[in-house]
Amino acid sequence: MSNEVSASKEALDYYRPWPYDRRPKIVWPNGARIAFWVAPNIEVYELNPPANAFRTPWPHPFPAVPGYSIRDYGNRVGHMRQMRVLDKYGVRGSISLSSALIDHHPEIIALCKERNWEFFSHGIYNTRYTYGLSEAQEKALIQDSIDSIRKATGEAPVGYLAPALSHSELTVDLWAEAGGTYTCDLFHDDQPTPVNVRSGKPFVSIPYSLELNDTIAYVVNKIEPRRYGQMIRDAFDRLYAEGAESGTVMCIPTHNYQVSTPHRLKAFEQALEYITGHSGVWVTTGREIADYYLKHHYTAAQTSIEAVNDVTHRSAC
Amino acid sequence: MAWTTPAAAGPLDYPNRRYGNDHDRYAWSMLTDRPPLVWPQGEGLALFVVVPLQFFPLNPQGKPLKVPGNMVMPYPDLRHYTLRDYGNRVGIHRLLKALDAASVVPTFAVNTRLFEREPLLCEQIVGRGNEIIAHSWSMDTVHAGGLDESAERELVQRSVGRLRELTGRPVRGWLSPGKLNSANTPDLLAAAGIDYFCDWVNDELPYRWRTATGALWSMPLSTEISDTFVLVDNLHSEESWADQVCDAADLLHAEAARQGGRILTLTLTPWLLGQPHRMRHLERVLGHVTSLGGVWSASGAQIMDVAMPQIP
Repeated sequence: MSNEVSASKEALDYYRPWPYDRRPKIVWPNGARIAFWVAPNIEVYELNPPANAFRTPWPHPFPAVPGYSIRDYGNRVGHMRQMRVLDKYGVRGSISLSSALIDHHPEIIALCKERNWEFFSHGIYNTRYTYGLSEAQEKALIQDSIDSIRKATGEAPVGYLAPALSHSELTVDLWAEAGGTYTCDLFHDDQPTPVNVRSGKPFVSIPYSLELNDTIAYVVNKIEPRRYGQMIRDAFDRLYAEGAESGTVMCIPTHNYQVSTPHRLKAFEQALEYITGHSGVWVTTGREIADYYLKHHYTAAQTSIEAVNDVTHRSAC
Repeated sequence: MAWTTPAAAGPLDYPNRRYGNDHDRYAWSMLTDRPPLVWPQGEGLALFVVVPLQFFPLNPQGKPLKVPGNMVMPYPDLRHYTLRDYGNRVGIHRLLKALDAASVVPTFAVNTRLFEREPLLCEQIVGRGNEIIAHSWSMDTVHAGGLDESAERELVQRSVGRLRELTGRPVRGWLSPGKLNSANTPDLLAAAGIDYFCDWVNDELPYRWRTATGALWSMPLSTEISDTFVLVDNLHSEESWADQVCDAADLLHAEAARQGGRILTLTLTPWLLGQPHRMRHLERVLGHVTSLGGVWSASGAQIMDVAMPQIP
């Protein structure tokens, strides 16, 4: 007897095979080898979120003090500390934003806007999941986040990271149809790749590393802070070396309640100092990478993907 | 005081989407927006060290849930019972020797049942003169959602009241087992005459709570660099724990010089850190922290008394 959900698919069809060693060369602005971006997740978690049939927001009954209070710490304490370090190394954050933060903590929005940081959508609250939503509901959630960010910043977001990494089969399609140009929800590559969305519009995936995501590192993998700093430097060294052949992308996704705690910030700061101390590093934002790629590399990428997947010219298999 | 957090009517209904927090128990405030705090020695680093003295019953009921550190084997779990008891027999004395040598002041968080059961330990700890705060009745009396309000009221009153009797101290502070709260805990603490509690890890400085029953302050006590979190939950080495604490101390010490008083908050657990192989790492931490200039080692109440008048 099969356990398969009848409506589910065996595989994703957002992208096609495209071997890393058979791609046209990417050149970043000013001949940079690597596009480097930092994505602070600035989130709001509800103390009393509605139940979701697919995922329980908190491990403790109301009030879930341990989980809620450390995330509150991020906005009360951690944000300023991380921002100070990013300022020091000339990094503009690309914020993965729970858009309810615009209502709850507008002070943080103002500080980021002053610095010309990018705002992209991370849903409304990180305690509201995509799971169980109808297409119309998910579309409404996405549109709400876009409208809120546009109203607060004067510009509509073009990137999306689904709230709490909760997805439907349509998440990426709906984001593209709402005006988005890139997604952070696919972790299949170290370079931008075209994404096949149902509207057929040009749309890309921008690498957002889950392995270097501080919450994955600290909470899931229980990494020591100094080792986390070393992992970041090791990842940079490899992507920087490979970038001499064809441009790569490196992202450090952070959370103000993880990376900014007093026992962890130093390791992150040292890693930033190391990375930004190299020449040939394009310190940028998710949106700038997406825009540049769509303009300069997207067409060649599509042609290359067609060619490598063209069975009529394949010699074996 | 009720929590103003109405439930959502559906997945796209956001009844608490408004300025500030999504509840009304304390004000939204960013650390950097507050007036700089000044400690008795100036704008530097205060050191708040909590030493929990805990009693883990051999037969925990685990209601409404079991906090970490409790018995896990089939009854009778001699393994964990005696390993926890080790802390109150051996580990505590080893820790205190190291703290005294470094002139670092502990604040004891005590399960009342422990002092009731162990008058000698009670006498030794009281005799030192350091502050004693309440830590509920035992590690099996958990203040979490699902605990009946009247039962919790009785539990708080008994824990605080009996600890005051046993120690002859005012007992102004509180730490919940597992840093869990029910919806009623803060109100019940204030009603029992508690001035500050250390359960919410959302700040690095004291801040005011709103309760129906009186003044209550939140006192920071980091979980993330506590010995149990680093060594037991994350399985990091002792050396790494010491590195993490030293890095935290350096950062807070430097930040204090720029932004006003900060507090390094440490939890040193006798049944864990008091093991022989961990002591040299603790001593490295104490040596490093006390070598930083102008560190004020103080109890929770001492810090509160200096901080409260300075906080709007």
